[in-house]
Amino acid sequence: MFETYWDPVWLTLKLATTTTVLLLLIGTPIAWWLARTRHWLRQPIAAVVALPLVLPPTVLGFYLLLVMGPEGWVGQMTQSLGIGLLPFTFEGLVVASVIYSLPFTVQPLQNAFEAVGEGFMEVASTLRAAPWDRFLFVAVPLARNGFLTAAVLTFAHTIGEFGVILMIGGNIPGETKVLSVAIYDHVESLEYTEAHWLSAGMVVFSFVVLVTVYALNGKARSGAIR
Amino acid sequence: MTASNTIRARFQCTFPGFGLDVDLTLPGTGITGLFGHSGCGKTTLLRCMAGLQSAPGTMTVLGEPWQTETFIRPVHKRPLAYVFQETHLFPHLNVRKNLEFGYRRIPAGDRQIGFDDAVRWLGLESHLDRMPVGLSGGERQRVAIARALLTSPRLLLMDEPLSALDLNSKQEILPYLERLHDTLAIPIIYVSHSTEEVARLADHIVMLEEGRVVAQGPLRDTLAGIDNPFRVQDDAGALLEGQIIDLDDHWHLALFRFDGGQLWLRCDHRLKTGDQVRVRVLARDVSLALTENPDQSIQNLVPAVIDQIDPDVAPGISLVRLLAGPTPLLSRLTSRAVAQLGLAPGMNVWMQIRSVALIA
Repeated sequence: MFETYWDPVWLTLKLATTTTVLLLLIGTPIAWWLARTRHWLRQPIAAVVALPLVLPPTVLGFYLLLVMGPEGWVGQMTQSLGIGLLPFTFEGLVVASVIYSLPFTVQPLQNAFEAVGEGFMEVASTLRAAPWDRFLFVAVPLARNGFLTAAVLTFAHTIGEFGVILMIGGNIPGETKVLSVAIYDHVESLEYTEAHWLSAGMVVFSFVVLVTVYALNGKARSGAIR
Repeated sequence: MTASNTIRARFQCTFPGFGLDVDLTLPGTGITGLFGHSGCGKTTLLRCMAGLQSAPGTMTVLGEPWQTETFIRPVHKRPLAYVFQETHLFPHLNVRKNLEFGYRRIPAGDRQIGFDDAVRWLGLESHLDRMPVGLSGGERQRVAIARALLTSPRLLLMDEPLSALDLNSKQEILPYLERLHDTLAIPIIYVSHSTEEVARLADHIVMLEEGRVVAQGPLRDTLAGIDNPFRVQDDAGALLEGQIIDLDDHWHLALFRFDGGQLWLRCDHRLKTGDQVRVRVLARDVSLALTENPDQSIQNLVPAVIDQIDPDVAPGISLVRLLAGPTPLLSRLTSRAVAQLGLAPGMNVWMQIRSVALIA
């Protein structure tokens, strides 16, 4: 009984944490580029990043299943590298979550970087700071609320993921059976008490997350960053 | 002037709706005022000099190439400092950390301006632990100037550092800028649209109009030049440098002597005998008489010789350039007055000076 509660919770937290860390690493350069470039590819790339917002998770899951499957090019590659196939593994869920939650990392970061503006970066360059130096010691600290918002939203969104996971992860206890899938399972088997516990936990968790994000943004606005 | 002690800037480019075409050789010491109306290209030129804006051209500072036809040295590798109109103090760092930002990024051996010196010059001793958000406008600009100086620059570029400030803050900053001029050997290029600021601070002046240089030279000659493109304006006038030689406490007046005559100024309580000051005499405040006529309210009567007359600076208005000794002054008269008095170059006249403004 205790196991069935905590296995999915633990798995979900592990997935969300891994995804958030990876996405901050991947999303930061993308957001930085989108915030500053005037390249003609800017709009198409921004659209690609935003796609998971509008696509049904099943569409995303379907294509991921195809490319990561034995016939897909990613699948061929992972097999030739000796990793095996990604669908129906925890690693497969991580890959899917990174793609699925990408806009929730990139968009807050991009907004934060745009708000930093060119002025501070120019001042830093006249104070002998090289591009990397400017990024690390001016842009990142000034965009810190953007990083917090991005991390919190990415984490929360990954926790709430359902469709993509069901498509490529199935329902393997301890490997791919995350919270949302576990709730679905409980309801299917009419175990409403268990479903209640997990669902109510999610409601409280989501509420706390949103309050945190709003508080952070409110602070940024009144913090007179200029 | 040889290449090793001058600043050479040549830029030619077009931006949407605006072109820049300048070829300047500026002195490697003192303050050069880059002066003109908003939109004349002075800020763009300054940004091109710094490398913040890329434009085809060349830039050589005291013998060191910053930009040639084939290479552009990135901004962060140029030994320059730039004071922006918006101070852009880093809001996440306190005043001390702001000041240290550039200071710590130059090799210790290149630090010619000590941290404590800069703090003292700009009066920041008691503000070091404060955050920028709590500072007044004038304090912020002082921090920005100190932060710039602490990179021990070979060239200091200032883009209207006073324009975002109210009058009191301006009055607070100006003495600091003057002190920099007197204590530092660093050449400064100072962008401004204010005649008064330029007259007070600059030694050399470059006037820009629509991206082109329309006049340049030592401040005194250029401001009182009859071909000065700003001659038609109300604030056209001459700049006199001299000394306070006497104070009259009873009438609250101070006697100012320049090379070519003496003038009474309304005494400012700060003035002392022996002070070196600059005063401005506007062309519209100078009228001319053929004889000394002490029988009137105007107290400042100075003999001068007419040097040049420009009869038509505006419909019905003439501008007369006069020499009091070697010092040039301007007088704006109606063209009818010029004709009725029969004024001509070489004539001796008396200038009746209605008002004199002390600017430093």
